[in-house]
Amino acid sequence: MNRIDDIVKTLKTIASDPRKAVEDYKKKTGKGAVGVMPPYAPEEIVYAAGFLPVGMWGAEKKPIAKARAYLPPFASSIAQSIMELELEGYYDNLDAVIFSVVSDTLKCMSDKWHGKAPVVVFTHPQNRKIAAAVPFLVEEYRLLTYKLEQILKVRIKEEALQNAIEVYNANRKVMREFSDLAALHLDLITPAARHAVIKARWYMDKAEHTKLVEALNDELRKAPASAFKGKRVVTTGLQVEPDDVLDIFQEFGFGIVADDVADESRQFRLDVPAGNDALTRLAKWWQDFDGCPFATDPLKPRGQMIIDLAKKHGADAVIVCMMKFCDPEEWDYPILVKEFDAAGLANIMIEIDQEVNSFEQIRTRIQTFADVLS
Amino acid sequence: MSEQEKAAPQDVDSMSAKEMLAYYQAKLDGDAREAKKAGKLVCWSASVAPPEMCVAMDIAMVYPETHAAGIGARKGSQDLLDIVEQKRGYSVDICSYARVNLGYMELLMEYAKTGVKPQKLIDSPAADVPLPDLVITCNNICNTLLKWYETIAKELNIPCIIIDVPFNHDMPVPEYAKDYIAEQIKEAARKLEVICGRPFDWDRFLEAQKQTQRSVAEWNRLATLACNKPSPINGFDFFNYMALIVCARSLPYAEKTFRKYADELEENMRNGKFAMGANEQVRVTWEGIAVWTYLGQTFKTLKGHNALMAGSAYPGIWNLSYRPGDLKSMGEAYTRVYINTCAENRSRELAAVVRNSKSDGLIMHQNRSCKLMSLLNMEGGEHVRESLNVPYVIFDGDQTDPRNFAPAQFETRVQSLMEIVEKK
Repeated sequence: MNRIDDIVKTLKTIASDPRKAVEDYKKKTGKGAVGVMPPYAPEEIVYAAGFLPVGMWGAEKKPIAKARAYLPPFASSIAQSIMELELEGYYDNLDAVIFSVVSDTLKCMSDKWHGKAPVVVFTHPQNRKIAAAVPFLVEEYRLLTYKLEQILKVRIKEEALQNAIEVYNANRKVMREFSDLAALHLDLITPAARHAVIKARWYMDKAEHTKLVEALNDELRKAPASAFKGKRVVTTGLQVEPDDVLDIFQEFGFGIVADDVADESRQFRLDVPAGNDALTRLAKWWQDFDGCPFATDPLKPRGQMIIDLAKKHGADAVIVCMMKFCDPEEWDYPILVKEFDAAGLANIMIEIDQEVNSFEQIRTRIQTFADVLS
Repeated sequence: MSEQEKAAPQDVDSMSAKEMLAYYQAKLDGDAREAKKAGKLVCWSASVAPPEMCVAMDIAMVYPETHAAGIGARKGSQDLLDIVEQKRGYSVDICSYARVNLGYMELLMEYAKTGVKPQKLIDSPAADVPLPDLVITCNNICNTLLKWYETIAKELNIPCIIIDVPFNHDMPVPEYAKDYIAEQIKEAARKLEVICGRPFDWDRFLEAQKQTQRSVAEWNRLATLACNKPSPINGFDFFNYMALIVCARSLPYAEKTFRKYADELEENMRNGKFAMGANEQVRVTWEGIAVWTYLGQTFKTLKGHNALMAGSAYPGIWNLSYRPGDLKSMGEAYTRVYINTCAENRSRELAAVVRNSKSDGLIMHQNRSCKLMSLLNMEGGEHVRESLNVPYVIFDGDQTDPRNFAPAQFETRVQSLMEIVEKK
């Protein structure tokens, strides 16, 4: 049991102070780091360049002050937080920053960067299922690779890219295993612990992260059957933070059995497919990827995917974690609710605001939801 | 001559441009209703999605953005916003064009289900348009149009044609992006063959392309006329005529109406008649969508300062010039829309509008409904100020949600701009 706690603690330390984690990595390895804006980017290209890809998912409870001059109040909470960090120089230890532009806010944010690191932008195709989407994205990735090579002064070779994909796929596999094992041990893996294990992968060499999570998974496999008596839930949304929110889940007896969260399982629920050309492999991942509001699909399979996930793990309910002013997520919500209701799947929506310090409204909603479910 | 044109009264050519505008707007809605009754297909379309493919297949088109703008201008948007927010749970943070449209769609769905026309539909000033059999969308003016049309397709269980024009983070548009868009046009043609159950009509498609180019040429002629100082046209009129470049650019209606209007304006200029008579003292560029719910208010505020809206980058979105028969050229026209390009290009295009329209000031709409047209306002304004020494102000508003616009703030901002202009 102590080994589980030790590993979770190690990962939590990394997840709770990304800047220190990056600084420590740079000191230890002598390598640099490249920022990756949410939600999706081919991190493997950065890894193949010999740099650490670092997630840029804002900050918990960061008061927004300077960003007010650059963004209107109706820009999403995470965008406000990132802008505040940019203006404070938080990202100035990065060698470059990669922007995808899957939302209108991201398109604008990519053009109003206030950090020191150079920005590289690429565009995902949105008519994703047709054959022509792949060669387009391959060319975007080729351009991205070329620009990174210029900025980072390295050559990114095919062999390194293929190797990076294998490292990442290994991490994806071990993360899926972790998520399933956590669902069997909700007494040991609290919502906050689960999030820390997942979040840490944004600030670590993926190979190192894989080793730690493999060890954690081994311990979980050995652990006795769970005595968890609470409610089993699936979370969905862009992000479930700050930790106070996850602690409220725990307080009212909720355990997370699976998630459809952008900075969590959406990153690793699908492997990069096999193939001879690394950039084509990475492009095909985007074509195969489903169930995300940032990846256009008129069939909108997200609701059914979550329902299937809930069934697989015997979940009692879904908690929709709505990032404030994130309209792609807001667009999906009414249809999700309709589908959850039709499937008899209990659900509730809470608003995620990275800036807030008071969680009483969420507490009340979750407490009421717990009462309804019991 | 198209079927629609044959059906038009013989005296349509003798109408004034203003009468033609009203006539053709009503006719387009009527054509859609007639098509629905006759069992033909109706397509709802994003405003800058290419209509050429659907027109080639004789599909009636309806444009929800224009429809919503009309509802907003007739003070009918709040009722529809209430329906979609309260009954369907759509957030107030979502684009108000979309919410108005989904509110209207909700009423149409209720009508179709019950056979009883809902009272709110009877009371609404909305133009009467039918439910779609398919939708076509294009993200050249925002990614919201992907989410919005995904939603319509899902709610109604109908086909959705997507023309994805990837955001141009660098300019010029790369060849591989043009290839990707050209392939999507071919894919749309294949999809339409399945939907319509007959081969795609490439000859009519070419005709629709040629017609689009004639419409665009007359549209651009109007834009050039506004650059005259004094100007024979106020930009607010441009906003009204925009309905036809959106809804009828691949039909003869837009070309005919714009030609008539441009002829009238040139005649006025020859006779010394200008939009503001002898009162044109200040010229401004308006950046962003109109505040449709307060169109009169915004017009009057500027008029009160003898200020003419001489330019706007927004109507220039429909400067969709390309070579008919060349799909890559067509793809480039639809993707190079200024708000689908990097800030450097956006700012350059905005500055060109300010310069060409000989504007003394720039008014920028911080539109609660449109992040893409709002989040770079300050950068665009600063570029104009630095490169042209033209001042700018930003006001808070919304295209069709009346709750997000405060007339007093608008008046104060305009007054501030006028004072700065005066001091110069």
